[in-house]
Amino acid sequence: MAGDPRAERTIRRATRVAGGAFLLAVVGSIGLFVVYVAGGNTQLEGLFLFLAFGGGAVALTVWAKILIDEPDLIEERPPMHSSDADRAAFEHAYLEAREAHDPATRSRRRLLTRLLVLAGLSLTAALGLPFFSLGAPPGAALFRTKWSSGSRLVGFGGNPIRPEHVNPGAVLTVFPEGHVGDGESSALLIGISPQRLRPGVAFMDTVQGLLCFSKICTHAGCPVGLYREEVAELLCPCHQSKFKVTEAARPISGPTTRPLPQLPLGVNPGGFLIALGDFEEPVGPEFWNIRRGRRG
Amino acid sequence: MADRERRRTLRDWREQLRRDTTAHGGHAGGPVPAVARWLDDRLGLAKGTRALLRKPFPGHWSFLIGEIALFALVVLFLTGTFLALFYRPDTRVVTYEGPYLPLKGSEVSIAYESMLRLSFEVRAGLLMRQIHHHAANVFMAAVVAHMFRTFFTGAFRRPRELLWVTGVALLILGIGAGFTGYSLPDDLLSGTGLQIAYGILLSVPLVGPFLAFVLLGGELPNPDVLGRLHILHVMIIPGGLVALVTAHLAILFRVRHTQHPGGPRTDRNVVGKPMFPTQTMISGATFAATVAVLALLGGLYEINPVWVYGPFEPARVFAPTQPDWYVGWLEGVFRLWPAWSIHLFGIVVPQPFIPGVVVPGLIFTLAILWPWIEVRWITHDREERNLLQLMRDNPVRSAIGTAGLTFLTVMFLAGSNDVLAALFVIHLENVTLTLRTLLVVGPPVVGWLTYRWLTRLRRRDVEEARAAPRGEPRSRSA
Repeated sequence: MAGDPRAERTIRRATRVAGGAFLLAVVGSIGLFVVYVAGGNTQLEGLFLFLAFGGGAVALTVWAKILIDEPDLIEERPPMHSSDADRAAFEHAYLEAREAHDPATRSRRRLLTRLLVLAGLSLTAALGLPFFSLGAPPGAALFRTKWSSGSRLVGFGGNPIRPEHVNPGAVLTVFPEGHVGDGESSALLIGISPQRLRPGVAFMDTVQGLLCFSKICTHAGCPVGLYREEVAELLCPCHQSKFKVTEAARPISGPTTRPLPQLPLGVNPGGFLIALGDFEEPVGPEFWNIRRGRRG
Repeated sequence: MADRERRRTLRDWREQLRRDTTAHGGHAGGPVPAVARWLDDRLGLAKGTRALLRKPFPGHWSFLIGEIALFALVVLFLTGTFLALFYRPDTRVVTYEGPYLPLKGSEVSIAYESMLRLSFEVRAGLLMRQIHHHAANVFMAAVVAHMFRTFFTGAFRRPRELLWVTGVALLILGIGAGFTGYSLPDDLLSGTGLQIAYGILLSVPLVGPFLAFVLLGGELPNPDVLGRLHILHVMIIPGGLVALVTAHLAILFRVRHTQHPGGPRTDRNVVGKPMFPTQTMISGATFAATVAVLALLGGLYEINPVWVYGPFEPARVFAPTQPDWYVGWLEGVFRLWPAWSIHLFGIVVPQPFIPGVVVPGLIFTLAILWPWIEVRWITHDREERNLLQLMRDNPVRSAIGTAGLTFLTVMFLAGSNDVLAALFVIHLENVTLTLRTLLVVGPPVVGWLTYRWLTRLRRRDVEEARAAPRGEPRSRSA
């Protein structure tokens, strides 16, 4: 085959391609170096790194597939398991190692083995104890937020709010004063004209034209971030639970099963909005004892 | 003088080696480096390594998918190490004073600030970040593709059940790595993912609140959670990945590759290119190509621009919120599952428990146990199998596979139901309803069609084999 001019030409060409690709890899590395020293540029760095490795990939492929072109090797594949003799020898060696120099009778050895297992299990349990240092049991924490009777409602900027400043159609994220940014306490203050409220539904509309709901979705705990005023619907962007504001934030579609808890509102002598207490129910995702636990 | 002496000895030795190899019918190629002799003097490796050099590797392009996963993981470790040198898992708030003007003067966490510094101030930092994120996607894509390749060709059958089990475990750990990484930047998106994880943990009956508090350090946000996710992401999960990959490769080394039927290949032999030089160079080329593609993506394809999302604030969120694609199918179950919460004897089983814990748990359990399920109920085949199959060789398995794939695809689409609704301008409720229907109807229909199609193909094969003269190979194995 060595004399075949076609094969010779293929080999020469493949060598040239592989060599060129390796040189390209060198160019890529130098380019990367220059770009880096010159101050860096994400796009050029990526391109040169691509050249550096891409050149190597092409060169190696051409070399392995065209130049070397080895024939396949064939090797026998014996079954995976050991031979019967080897298994028997292992078993024998194991039994001998276990019993040859141990004067205990079989039953005593069994007793000792069981005690070893017991000791191992209890030690494992003891080693698991630091797990409990990782966090206190939740206790009453899941049942209450930072709202209490008399807390003023404030916006993201910490500013207290007067009821007459919230127009029908407006929606505002509010926090208890002193706890701006506290996730579990975040609430939505919604201005809505009283005629739109569905009769027969229990509202905490203690201040005319205003309703306040927890902003934490009762499904998985995302903030309920979207409000469509014309249909009075709150929408959670994570799993698309929809709450009807005019029916006390009853869920009307999506995966959640619980309305958003309401916050009872009042007005203090200074004319600012306050809460008359915590949310009527625990906020956020459900948990197993949500119906039987108590607030601390 | 001594130096010259030593050089001469080395030259003599090389000369001798060349003569020896030529005398034994080998090629008079380059001499073995002196370092090899030095090592052999101390470790006695020549015999074992010689066998290794010529160990045959069955070749097929689809066998490289697993290698791509491995190399993407190498890239993840390298870039991740670089990132870890700059990232700070700290939720304390500072005022951003860096060069990114739109956020100048904003109150951000130290974690988020360190992400901005990595992106805008550390030279090649953004490249590293983007390569890391792309490599995570490529790793998961390769793992999933590798898994389906293994499934549909029956490569998981005895003696390779352990490879299958470690592989599925790697997939689960990979999802964990992706999720914890997603949560670290402390941007608006990551906080949302974490909030959902908290909601799922909380939903476990009896122990949920305790679990959520112990694992995440209490209600969110809290000062401990980032540090915990960080240690999970850079130490515990990578440790598990290294252990599992090592086990996976060691088992593979022992049981050796499968091969497609045809030619001289049988169940009782291994046919392929030798480890050295061909297979080593092909693997090297695959590694270089993987890095090259990741570098190109990392340089030119923006991913996870945390500066656009803004810092995490508990009461803020943006729509549409989207998880990384390999979490998308889990998110999909979550969005499709009806609003059912079960009340039993005063105990609430919250809605998220079934789609968030039970369904994924069942899916992964089924996946892990598949090799045994198949033997027990479908094939009753307990022999060692080293030849790969075509889908038609086991129509029941293939039908279950395509049905499962359909199920996952619908769930994946459901993970973006809001995006679909916006894209096609249809009501979200209609999208959800359609996907729910598809989730129930789609898998059986696709599975049945697959079964029909494959049995027909198989019948045709048999007829062709009958028509062909005796001893002629079947067309597909020719």
